[in-house]
Amino acid sequence: MENIIEVRDLNLFYGEKQALKNINMDIRKNSITALIGPSGCGKSTFLRTLNRMNDLVDGVKIEGSIKIEGQEIYDKNYDTISLRKKVGMVFQQPNPFPMSIYDNIAYGPRVHGIKDKKTLDKIVEDSLRQAAIFDEVKDSLKKSALGLSGGQQQRICIARALAVHPDILLMDEPTSALDPISTLKIEELMEQLKKNYTVVVVTHNMQQAARVSDGTAFFLVGDLVEFGSTKQIFSYPKDKRTEDYITGRFG
Amino acid sequence: MHKQAIKDNLLLGIIYVCASLSVLLLAGILIYVCVKGIGAINWSFLTEVSSSLKGTVGIAGNILNTVYIIVLSMLFSLPVGIGAAIYLNEYAKPGKLVSSIEFAIETLAGIPSIIYGLFGMMFFGQSLRMGYSLLTGSLTLSLMILPLIVRNTQESLKTVPDSYRQGAIGLGAGKWYMIRTILIPCSLPGIITGVILSVGRIVGESAALLFTAGSAKILPKTVKGFFGKIFQSGGTMTIQLYLSATADGDFTTAFGIAFVLIIIVFFINILTKVLAKKFDNTKE
Repeated sequence: MENIIEVRDLNLFYGEKQALKNINMDIRKNSITALIGPSGCGKSTFLRTLNRMNDLVDGVKIEGSIKIEGQEIYDKNYDTISLRKKVGMVFQQPNPFPMSIYDNIAYGPRVHGIKDKKTLDKIVEDSLRQAAIFDEVKDSLKKSALGLSGGQQQRICIARALAVHPDILLMDEPTSALDPISTLKIEELMEQLKKNYTVVVVTHNMQQAARVSDGTAFFLVGDLVEFGSTKQIFSYPKDKRTEDYITGRFG
Repeated sequence: MHKQAIKDNLLLGIIYVCASLSVLLLAGILIYVCVKGIGAINWSFLTEVSSSLKGTVGIAGNILNTVYIIVLSMLFSLPVGIGAAIYLNEYAKPGKLVSSIEFAIETLAGIPSIIYGLFGMMFFGQSLRMGYSLLTGSLTLSLMILPLIVRNTQESLKTVPDSYRQGAIGLGAGKWYMIRTILIPCSLPGIITGVILSVGRIVGESAALLFTAGSAKILPKTVKGFFGKIFQSGGTMTIQLYLSATADGDFTTAFGIAFVLIIIVFFINILTKVLAKKFDNTKE
């Protein structure tokens, strides 16, 4: 299978502090990659380099290369708006906008210039179906998304990200604010999404990484300690630090 | 224990006295003005212009002038104020410049209005040769209410969660698109509060208008006159109240105007509450 993301010699600095050190990583298309590691290890920072969300933070300096579908995304001429269309993101806290469910899902397509009502209707329905929430909300599309439960809100956010038809979906601890049943639903959903998308997910929950992902990357204070198939990482970790972390000796 | 109870009761008594005193004072003033003023109110008082020639007493011209001043001042200060708030909150990097601008705005909000009037008369009236006109008055008052608009918009922008900004940017929205579709709608309650507080201040303002907008009270008769009036002198209700009470010694009219003003302020307050609630989209 081809690599959709290729990261070479990536270094990231917050001012003087180096948050990512010489990261090299290839991510295959239509796979789920879990990024694990203790708090502050750089996994979320790394995730945010993939759609250049770190650009919003003051004083960030990035060196190295990230290619997505063969294109260098840190190229001066690369358009961040089309990048974020290609690389969608779901955040840790469900963050639906304070508007109707319909308008939430239609927000992204509207950003990218789709105005036709019928097209939008179809995108909204398809996206909600893909995020496995259509049946729950089909009669209340005009109602505020803020009235939904946390788990439903998170699936709305997933649907909202899918509505711009990305190739890659970044998920930053998407279930850490949710109850176990909602978590399970989202994990099942990720399994479904793999067919059409490449998913990169940051998680604190090692069982989750083991359950849902194909590949796992273990980060520690800015280093990518080990990256391999999830099976290998959880059964025969090559690095002592990886073993210590997944067996719960620290973290 | 017993001593404590006595102390508590005594304090409670004092607090009751304070509370009822303030309520009684307020109610007293309101009732006094209403009783004295309501007699002046009739249809012609509200729809005609005072004229010794025709023998009519009315404040229609002053009501219209007040509306002129409100609309014009808003026209000037709303875009500038909202723009400034967006700049300060969304674009400017926090630092010395921003905090000194914020400090300046804070200070501007506390300056007595007569100082705005003095400046408006000299700058708009004389330097820019606008004379005593509704335009001079409005420009002066738009400076006066600018801090209110900026502060309320800014406070409101601050309450918009960062996760909304990130969510929108993460979907590929440009910054201005995000501001237009997420931030401004979310801060609408604050913007409206600012607008209504400003309208309240404009309606109640007299010092700054005395030497900027003048005191004319005639009604325009043609469409051209309607727009041309902007460049002419025009007294608001508060100005007329002042003139009626001092120059004319006509206390019936003065109290009549006072009554109308109280009613207006009352409705502005109700409107604030209703609108702020209606646009509060942070609730489900």
